[in-house]
Amino acid sequence: MRGITPYRQNYWDWRAAGNFMYGGTGSGLIISSLLALAYDEPTLLHIVIGLVFMATGLGLVWLEIGRPFRALNVFLHPQRSWMTREGFVATVAFGVGAAAIWFGHPLLIAGTAALALLFLYCQARILRASKGIPAWREPTLAPLIVATGLTEGVAASLALVSAAFTMTMVALVVLLTLRAWSWRRYRLASETAVPTAAARVLAAFSVPFLLLGHALPLALLIADMALGNRYPALTYFAAVLAFGSGWAFKFMVVRYAAQTQGFAIIHRPARGPRGSGGGGVKPGWGS
Amino acid sequence: MTRYVMVADLRRCVGCQTCTAACRHINGTPPGVQWRRVLDMEIGVYPNVHRAFVPVGCQHCSDPPCLDVCPSTATRKRDDGIVTIDYDICIGCSYCAVACPYDARYKVSRAEFAYGGEGMANEQAVFDPRRINVATKCTFCVDRIDAGTAKGLTPGVDPEATPACVNSCIAQALHFGDIDDPESNVSKLVRDNEHFRMHEELGTNPGFYYLWDAAGEEEK
Repeated sequence: MRGITPYRQNYWDWRAAGNFMYGGTGSGLIISSLLALAYDEPTLLHIVIGLVFMATGLGLVWLEIGRPFRALNVFLHPQRSWMTREGFVATVAFGVGAAAIWFGHPLLIAGTAALALLFLYCQARILRASKGIPAWREPTLAPLIVATGLTEGVAASLALVSAAFTMTMVALVVLLTLRAWSWRRYRLASETAVPTAAARVLAAFSVPFLLLGHALPLALLIADMALGNRYPALTYFAAVLAFGSGWAFKFMVVRYAAQTQGFAIIHRPARGPRGSGGGGVKPGWGS
Repeated sequence: MTRYVMVADLRRCVGCQTCTAACRHINGTPPGVQWRRVLDMEIGVYPNVHRAFVPVGCQHCSDPPCLDVCPSTATRKRDDGIVTIDYDICIGCSYCAVACPYDARYKVSRAEFAYGGEGMANEQAVFDPRRINVATKCTFCVDRIDAGTAKGLTPGVDPEATPACVNSCIAQALHFGDIDDPESNVSKLVRDNEHFRMHEELGTNPGFYYLWDAAGEEEK
């Protein structure tokens, strides 16, 4: 029910969250193909699975829109809308990706990876442009969304590489560190930039996210590296944690921290001939 | 240039919701959809509590975030500042709804009427199936404005060319007019009174002014 205080938006549900989850992982996986390419390993599965993930995410969005048979109208506003840009980038990525799958030329693979990065950036900017949801418009969320997509992609790619395994592990360590730092930045910035209810959601998520999504996988990865990769199960478990926590984070942001702006007046009105005005009120926000 | 804006005198608004009812009547909005709402806000803590009634709705921003995000160009801004939605091309993605900091947008997935069934005569008269599954919001009664100006009437002065909520306001708390005309009713009200606009810090440049005191009377 709409009231004065910020409330959890219901316009974008799990299907929209799914676009960020599948889209982030898919684009991250395609970008991670560059590591396999550097070691002369096959990249076919990276690109195929990555594109399928991206398509799944976009398919979920298609299921959410009110007029699905007008979906092509999404391409009408590239001048300003990041959703249009996401659609264009995805379309080109599917084309270049198909060519990369067919011909396997390194330049096409690199081109697909570049487009995947652009797609991920578009997703981050989609949230940034949502001025009605303070937890999304906070500028520090965009780099966190990019870092999360890359982390998930690299974590997923561990199942697809052999010669590049160690380098992919190192990349995952770096990305997990980067994601933890981005999360910390976002949390600090959000403390005063989001409504109280959203701040509570972010605070409750923070410790489990840092421990299970970062500290534990980092410890497992470093342990496996120190033991000379003799226990790859440790690394795979770390990858599952890195991947799962990324999805949990995006679902939490899109569904649970998505409190609206709410209403505020900066002055209360003067009442009566001798009445005087005064300070205002911003319900649902911390003092 | 012309920029139509709304002025709400918070000193006068009594929270009767007549504007809400008038809007719903003339636009036939379904249950739960209120393009014009009046918030009942409490300010302060006991025993020093004040109350304010605050009309809200689409603020017809000069820099509307809904327009920037709309992927289909269904949301547009006219030269007179009125932000419109083209129901024929909107895809119903709700991106505008999450981009609007004024919670002004709605989307319904089926036809619904106040008392169920086929709806009352006034609801049937204005029922528009194009509004199902797309974004909707306050239009500043753009049809009335266009029809009125075509007859040479002045929006905000002549009721026939003025939004229904303004016409219906029992306390003359709501006013409408061209803020770019220094002699208009709204320009004079804004000039002669202390005022603010909601969430101005978000850079939306809203077209909804709230009067809260006479000019020069701040923090008596």
